[in-house]
Amino acid sequence: MGSDAQDVSVTLRSARDGNTRGLFRMRPAEHHHPSPGKYVAVATVLCLLTIIEVGVYYVEALKNILVPVLLILSAAKFSLVVLFYMHLKFDSRLFSVLFVCGLVLAGSLGISLLFLFRVFGA
Amino acid sequence: MRSATTSGHVVEMTTTTGLDHRKMLIWTFLGSECLFFGSLISTYLVYKGKSVVGPYPQDVLNIPFTSVSTFALLMSSLMMVLALAAIQRGNQRGVRVWLLATACLGLVFLGGQVYEFTSFVHEGLTPAVNLFGASFFLLTGFHGAHVTVGVIWLLSIWVVAMRGGLAQKDSLNVELAGLYWHFVDVVWIVIFTVVYLIGT
Repeated sequence: MGSDAQDVSVTLRSARDGNTRGLFRMRPAEHHHPSPGKYVAVATVLCLLTIIEVGVYYVEALKNILVPVLLILSAAKFSLVVLFYMHLKFDSRLFSVLFVCGLVLAGSLGISLLFLFRVFGA
Repeated sequence: MRSATTSGHVVEMTTTTGLDHRKMLIWTFLGSECLFFGSLISTYLVYKGKSVVGPYPQDVLNIPFTSVSTFALLMSSLMMVLALAAIQRGNQRGVRVWLLATACLGLVFLGGQVYEFTSFVHEGLTPAVNLFGASFFLLTGFHGAHVTVGVIWLLSIWVVAMRGGLAQKDSLNVELAGLYWHFVDVVWIVIFTVVYLIGT
């Protein structure tokens, strides 16, 4: 009994310290969030991507590929904020799973609705 | 993990996952919020181009103006992570300055949205006039409501920090508010692209 309690205690302590396997495992850099310099660098990239987005919008020659280009730029900005500012790159994988599950469900819902209302065929 | 008891003592608690319950809660909440905004964005796309009377998106949407609002919200995210970095390093003055800057940029964004909504109404676009108006005001209105909640949350933490009640050990309080704030930012990144740039 005492041994079992000790095992549980060790397991919990390991989990807290990020030494467990699988879903709850922390990335190696857990608890080491980026430096302020890196945050500023990410913000600079975000601003550049936004400028490119707005610039592309006004370029007539790119009208045919405007939608995919804008979606890629938007996805890049989305990923940068989520990975670096929301720390999903550094935090537990379980947080990533919780968020990505929501994203996948939302994406599936959106695509289903667009097909249901025949937006793609219109 | 720390937890306050009814007697006011703070006790150390260990969770089965090794992860803080509050952080788990906010990520679960944000996952559910993805579905919420996913539904609203999908609704906008389903109704896109189906309005039978104007004003239409290209008649009212002002890309340069909204680009500035977008820039303000992006910069607010930078201020937010700088506030978190400050509290994690025990920099009290830094966390106060950056939290206030984040809230102020959030207010700039909200001011822009109020101006935009007012000008749209003057141009004849209301939620009742056509499908574009209904889906646009629903989507951006709910996003604006989220930004408002975020600003109130940030200002509340700022007041606590100004009273000296925000120590380095409380950095999770700032991190949780930050996660919500960044989520509001990423939702706007999608709305700006889908509604403003692709929609016109």
